Formats: sequence, C-alpha cells, structure tokens
Amino acid sequence: MVDITPSNARQWSRLGSRGVFGQAILAVAENYPQMMVMSADLGNSSGLDRFKKTYPDQFLNIGIAEQNMIGVASGLAKEGYNIFVTSFAPFISMRAAEQIRMNLGYMEMNVKAVAIGSGISMAFLGNSHYGIEDAAVMRAIPNMTVVSPADCAEIFKVVEAAAEFKGPMYIRLTGAVNNPPVYTENYDFEIGKAIVLKEGSDVNIIACGTMVYESLEAAKILEEQGISVGVINMHTIKPLDTEAINKLIGKSKLLVTVEEHSVIGGLGSAVAEYTCQFKDTPPQLRLGLPDAFGKTGDYRYLLEKYDLVGPKIANSIQGLLREVS
Amino acid sequence: MEKITYPEIVDMAKVMRLKMLEISYNCTLSTHLGGGLSMTEMMATLYARVLRFDKKDPRWEGRDRFILSKGHGVLGYFSALVAAGVISEEVYNTFQTNESDLIAHPVMNLDLSIESSNGSLGQGLSMAVGIALAAKKKNAPFTTYVLLGDGECNEGSVWEAVMSAGQLRLDNLVAMVDYNKLQSDGAAGQIMDLGDLANKFRAFGWDAYDIDGHKIDQLVNAIEAPKVEGKPRVIVANTIKGKGVSFMENNNEWHHNRLTRANFDLAIAEVNLVATNPGEANG
Repeated sequence: MVDITPSNARQWSRLGSRGVFGQAILAVAENYPQMMVMSADLGNSSGLDRFKKTYPDQFLNIGIAEQNMIGVASGLAKEGYNIFVTSFAPFISMRAAEQIRMNLGYMEMNVKAVAIGSGISMAFLGNSHYGIEDAAVMRAIPNMTVVSPADCAEIFKVVEAAAEFKGPMYIRLTGAVNNPPVYTENYDFEIGKAIVLKEGSDVNIIACGTMVYESLEAAKILEEQGISVGVINMHTIKPLDTEAINKLIGKSKLLVTVEEHSVIGGLGSAVAEYTCQFKDTPPQLRLGLPDAFGKTGDYRYLLEKYDLVGPKIANSIQGLLREVS
Repeated sequence: MEKITYPEIVDMAKVMRLKMLEISYNCTLSTHLGGGLSMTEMMATLYARVLRFDKKDPRWEGRDRFILSKGHGVLGYFSALVAAGVISEEVYNTFQTNESDLIAHPVMNLDLSIESSNGSLGQGLSMAVGIALAAKKKNAPFTTYVLLGDGECNEGSVWEAVMSAGQLRLDNLVAMVDYNKLQSDGAAGQIMDLGDLANKFRAFGWDAYDIDGHKIDQLVNAIEAPKVEGKPRVIVANTIKGKGVSFMENNNEWHHNRLTRANFDLAIAEVNLVATNPGEANG
C-alpha cells in the first residue's frame, strides 16, 4: 500500500500524473507476477521507462496500433494476465473505441485502459491530443468502469485498486507536472465510492480529476463570503455513487459539477441523468470544457480561459446561486 | 474413380451442410449461407481431426483455441460444433430464436466452446495474437486457430494484427482465410482487391500456404506441415461462396438470404448426393 505523506505528495506533484502513474505501476507490479503493461509506442511518454527496464518480460510495445493493442491485451487477459494498456486519451478511447466496446465491454475482458494526458494537459500539442470526450464515449459502453483520480496520490490508489479489480476499466489521468495535491495523508479509497472532502449546506460541488483541487479552492473563496460549500471527490464516474448524491438532494440550493472534460457526456451529464428523476433536485451548474475545438495555449492558460480554476469556479457559482436563491 | 481421402472429414462436411441448411430454413430468417458453406471443409478438418478439445470439459486448459473472426460465419461454426458433438442438437436448434445463445454472430460462451464474441470484422486476429502470445509466455503447448474472411481483410486492424504476429514470432498461431472472393456488396476484386494474399502475409513474416479450401488433403497438409520456427502460419483457402449448393455457388444473393421450402428441398437433395464412403465417389 502506498504511504501518502506531505513530503511524498510534494514529490509526486512535481513529477506529475504520467511520472506517478509509471511509479505506481512499477510498485504494484511487484505483487502481481501476471501483470503486463502494453503501450502503443508511447512507453517513455507514459512514464513507463523504469517499468520497461525492471520488467522487460512484462512490457510490450505493440507499435503504433491501438486497435490491435486492445485485441492483443484481451487475448492475454483471457489467458489470465492482468493487463494495463496505455496511450494518450483520444487514441486509446476513440481510435480503439470499438475494440474496447467488443473486448472490454461485450466480453468483459480484464483489461485496464489507461488514458495518459487526458483533458487539456497536452496544451500546445493541440486538440488532436486532448481528451475532452473520452469519458463520454467510455461511459456509454456497458460494463465499463470509468475512473478519474483527483491527484497524484490518488493515481497510486487507483492503480492499486485496478490491479486487484476484476473487469474492464478506463482510467482517465488528468493533470500535468506540478499537479496540485488534494491528499497529503493516507485515506481509504474504493472504486465506486465517492469521498466527501467537505460538507456544505448551500452549494455542493461534485468534481473529478484535477477539478477536485480547484473545487476545494473555490469552496474556500465562497466560504469567506459566508456560503456553505461541500466538495465531493467523485473519482468513479461510472458506476456513479448514487448514495452519495442522494445525501445532497434536498439539502443543497445548488449542485455543481466540475470536470476537465466537455460539458457533454461526462460527470456533469452522469449526475444530471441520475438526479433529474427527483422532484426536489436542486438546479445543477455544469462546469467543464466547452463543446468546441478551440485555440490552444499552455495548460494553466487554458484552465483560466475555460474558467476551470478555483476563483473562476467560485465566480460561476456565485452568479447562479444569486439567481436560484 | 477418385478415391476419397479422409472420408470422416468429407462426411462431417456433408453433415454440416445439411445441418446448416436445416437451421437456416427452420429459423425462417435470412442467414449468412454463402460464407457458411464456403468455410465448411476448413471447419470440418479442424473439428474432425485437428483441434484438441474435451467435449466433457470445454474449459480444459490444454484445449486448442479457435476464434471465428468472420463472425457472420456461424453456420459453418455451429454446424461443426454440433457435428463434432461439442454442443447438443437441442442447443443447436435454438439458432436465432429469442434469447438463444446461438445467433447470427458468436457470443462468447465457454460452456458451448465459443471462445469469443465476434461480429465486428477485423478484430478476431488481434485476440488470437494475444492468446498465442500468452501460450508462449506460459509455455502452454496449445495452438490458436483463427478463421478470417477475405472481405474482413479490408479492415486495417487485420494488418496491424498480421504485423504483430510476425514481429512476436508466433509459430503457435494458425490463421485461415476463407478466400471466396465475394463480399457483402459484390466481387472483392472490384471492391478492394486483395490480390495475392499469401504473398501479402509472407511479406509480414508469415509461413503462407495457398490452397484449394475445399480439398481436404490440401487443408490437412497445410495445417499439419512442420512449423517454421518463429513464423505464424496462414492458410489462404481459395473457396467458392455457397459451395455445395449449385444455385448458391458464386451467387452473392446468398450472402445473406432466406430459404423458401422449394429452395431448401433442392439444396438438401443436392447435398445428400455427395458420396462420403471410399469407392462411392464418382470423380
């Protein structure tokens, strides 16, 4: 089990999501001799260089062929291997979407698909490399579990849990280097079980990935203005922890979802799909990326541009809260 | 008079043709008869002679694995399973009825010896590569067989898989291509000409055979030839779509079609004429 300490959290944050994924898979592999990691020729960019050197027989670069990678991984999984396949978010989730649908969804092969650099962290590499619709696509496939860790410590937790989990999973890594830490001490993590980071009675924010940290920042700002704000880390987008959401209905003036993903089809949609059936469901503010392929810039610039940083999230919430109060 | 070699396989092919006509007619729906009939000798050879399996224990670890990548070829697949006694007549006769395990494409079900779900073309070889690779890593002696359609080879993912099998030196993998030269919309040569398929595979590091896919001795010889170390094997089986029923042969109307009573009776009568015992053949 990973030991989360303030100093570890600082180190991981500097290393960023990919580097930490590489560390986590290296650490976890020790306990799983049947583990294999595959890459479609992005091993080094996925933080897997040390894994490759340490476990050369358990690493396979299948070439730039994501569709074949999913099929080969499924054949290996069928014969008992514990497989993690990795590539950048759009390539693994969408180039190989139908292979994932057939092999992971339909046949429920025990394959974990890891999307490196999802969201907009690829910055100047541009929209070709962004993962803005991946959660929507993966979430729509029956039998898929979709997970989006909040920070680097949680990447460790997710990799540990995924290695133990039997069944197909899509792991969506957002954030880059200097990924701000949400967790600096040990905590319990379970796939499918949301974590209440802060309770609140006026507004409740449900967030995943990098937006958990930004939501906590927004909550601080709003609390200073006397608004009571809760924050929930909904690291598992599917299956959605509906029990956690039930506790918010009727107890909030406003629900807010925040994600580094298009406002179409991701966490915000998942929450709305569930809550729309209840008569006392509060209005929901869905914050995320616009349904557009915009001009690009550096990561921080883009998060600011799309109002996905703490102060701007606080602003958006204030605006709507005035209307609904 | 031509001597019948491998009469048990010829007999199984005949039984399979009768069986597939029966369920096609009985289900009252359109079925993929043309491509089922073209693969019959390949499947009969596999299930009557080549594949190692245990009817009583379909999950036996040591079994050879078979993947039907051209998923719409279920008539040629399920008829082999029932003819070999792997699935019961009762299960077989549920074909294309509500909630059946046997529909127009394979649905993974190890109890019925169906290794994988297929239907989306161009995916079976990738899974077969993964299975064969697992066998290599575990030192398991089984062989992985996969049957592809020619139309399916239009899919780029097939060639990703072909490349990887060569690279991974999977000499425990045997692919068979049902090269009947007709695909859904018409002549393969006019839609996307695959040309010399055997040489295409050779260029990717495979040990390739180019044979008549209805000649049992050619099939047996190609499958059983000593393996070439480090090379996966492909058997490009030149076949006739609709083989065995003259009005269906090379007639793409039977790619996916429904049998009338008259058609059914004609087809059954014709298949029944096939000689299966040595000495009976009329050459």
